Amino acid sequence: MPIPPHYALVFSLLLFSVGVAGVLTRRNAIIILMSIELMMNAANINFIAFGLRLHNLVGQVFSVFTIAVAAGEVAVGLAVVLALYRNRDTVYVDQIHIMKG
Amino acid sequence: MAAAIFYILASVALLSAVMVIWSRNVIHSAIYLVLTFLCVAGVYVLLQAEFVAVVQVLVYAGGIVVLFLFVIMLVNLQDALGARIRTHATVSAAVGTATTILLLYVAASGRLVSGFGRAPDLSAQGGNLEQVGWALYRDYLLPFEIASILLLVAMIGTIVLARQKY
Repeated sequence: MPIPPHYALVFSLLLFSVGVAGVLTRRNAIIILMSIELMMNAANINFIAFGLRLHNLVGQVFSVFTIAVAAGEVAVGLAVVLALYRNRDTVYVDQIHIMKG
Repeated sequence: MAAAIFYILASVALLSAVMVIWSRNVIHSAIYLVLTFLCVAGVYVLLQAEFVAVVQVLVYAGGIVVLFLFVIMLVNLQDALGARIRTHATVSAAVGTATTILLLYVAASGRLVSGFGRAPDLSAQGGNLEQVGWALYRDYLLPFEIASILLLVAMIGTIVLARQKY
């Protein structure tokens, strides 16, 4: 017997909030990528919980796609971090201000 | 029984997620990230998404975290220990707290629970893997192929970006 879906929704919103806090407070680009992964996981939990509530499998299929996209995103993101480290010698995003952001 | 397991998994996942963003050593963050992903996979099992749980363990805990560890070891992060730079800390804390309170308000207002009847037992209709496979290869074949093209593009982009010489 599965758990009620709204338990998972509350859990996912707390996980998402932790990810948001990580993106906002940390300045290390690798930790920021990890926090983005946490937020994607929270979104995945939502997909699956709503799929369970709506009695179909589309949520699970879509979360498989989300995982694939997350894998690609993390590979490209870490390559960017690596290229940035080679050129600027830092992974701290507030020391990288070429674009005056 | 399932609710008790869910509470344990969810609290471990949330605690280790907090440790991911709290710990000063990046390696420790990566290890806590593995723990979070494994607990989330357990939650998927409780939500009757066994296939997604297996994919989560393989791709996230097995692939993505190893990728993180490789990059952490390639990048010299000795100055990272103890250096948690906090610019705009007040604004960040305010925005984060406001988001959390808003989401918790929505959760507490009862709108999430209303309309949630008793959860259906999907396992009665056959195995989860078989059903997901049918849905994936029959109804969502085109998105599946597009996802594979996306992965190919990401692979080429990663190689080009991380190459030593431009």
